Amino acid sequence: MGGTKRLLYLKGVATLRLDQEACIGCGMCLAVCPQEVFAMDKGKACIIEHDACMECSACMMNCPVEAIWVQNGVGCAQAVLHTMLGRSGKAGCSAGEKPGGGGCC
Amino acid sequence: MGQVAQVATTLGRRDRWGAITVRFGFGRMRYTVEPGLYAAGFPGEDSPVLVTTNYKLSFDHLRSALTGQNVWIVVLDTEGINVWCAAGKGTFGTDALCAQVEANKIGQLVRHRRLVVPQLGAPGIAAHAVKRQSGFTVVYGPVMARHLPDFLRNGMKATQEMRRKTFPLAERVVLLPLEFVIAGKWALLLSLVVYGLSGFFGPAPFSENVGLHGSFAVAGLWSGILAGTIITPLFLPVLPGRAFSLKGAVAGFLAALIFLAFLYSGQGSSGDIRAGLAWLLLIPAIASFLGMEFTGASTYTSLSGVKKEMRLAMPLQIVAGICGLFLLAWSWRL
Repeated sequence: MGGTKRLLYLKGVATLRLDQEACIGCGMCLAVCPQEVFAMDKGKACIIEHDACMECSACMMNCPVEAIWVQNGVGCAQAVLHTMLGRSGKAGCSAGEKPGGGGCC
Repeated sequence: MGQVAQVATTLGRRDRWGAITVRFGFGRMRYTVEPGLYAAGFPGEDSPVLVTTNYKLSFDHLRSALTGQNVWIVVLDTEGINVWCAAGKGTFGTDALCAQVEANKIGQLVRHRRLVVPQLGAPGIAAHAVKRQSGFTVVYGPVMARHLPDFLRNGMKATQEMRRKTFPLAERVVLLPLEFVIAGKWALLLSLVVYGLSGFFGPAPFSENVGLHGSFAVAGLWSGILAGTIITPLFLPVLPGRAFSLKGAVAGFLAALIFLAFLYSGQGSSGDIRAGLAWLLLIPAIASFLGMEFTGASTYTSLSGVKKEMRLAMPLQIVAGICGLFLLAWSWRL
């Protein structure tokens, strides 16, 4: 029940891609990734735990040379359902909708 | 410089009470502070500038971690949404940050050119774009506000531990009330429907049928709710599988076994084999759906993964639900 064991989500689904040719080794992706997906190897970033990627796109946003691409989104079933049912706000959540509404984050 | 509001670094009774009420889902979407500039302690022109959102729970977390510090706090208007979610939606973003820095004349307030942005704000911020637009360098702070004192003492260097988002038991436990309240509202409504419907099943008079079937049916429904919203988050790391729908289904199956033990130990016709099978389908289906809903509150699920598991799990949940209802109605016989 503890939190020491690393929690990993589904295998082989994350859309994350890294272009090592373009990487300048600034290390921003290592700094912003909350799941330790990246490591530095010989002055270049590399992906060491692809399945840990949660597609938050922090790395893509902060890569100054656009060497990283990921189809970003929030891993929230409720948001996906709302979008499917056509009741979506911007991200399917309640931000920007009327205050007092339910919704997730 | 004009007047800057100074904030306390200890939380009062009202702050703590407010935190409890929003954890239970009351007034959660309007629990905000005014965006703008604040001071913790007595900051000067060399003091760090920290950035956060106007969700009061986030703001309170931040200031309560700053006892003994002299820092500036810049609050962005995220419409009462926390840093991570607001960053995902873009309200905690490069433009909003640069606008607040400009509006509050941070450039005249401090001599340095650094902004400490929470690491979980990074999905909304492009550090190099902030530099270009405002002249300020973004330094990503730790994931957790409680690590800020160490981070500041270390010359704004984050350790690996500070950079990693974990999901320990304590963080899952504080989410339980909201999960339960949201599902519970629907379950209350459904309970009334189930009570009402159960009266029409069976040869006995209405009220007798309700007593015979209705109570068990409502108890079964709530077993599923508990399994999905309490057991699944609580035992998340030890439940088998990676998909939340699978974890929920397993929790639901265990709950169903306990429920059946009660069902068969009691007397009355509710305990026949069809009813047993029905509950072995219904409770896991409910728990699986609610477990899947917990992906949004968790800290490590991806959109691609959630879509994949929904495509697989939802048809199964629906089929199990329909079969379960037919079996239950059959066991109750009109």
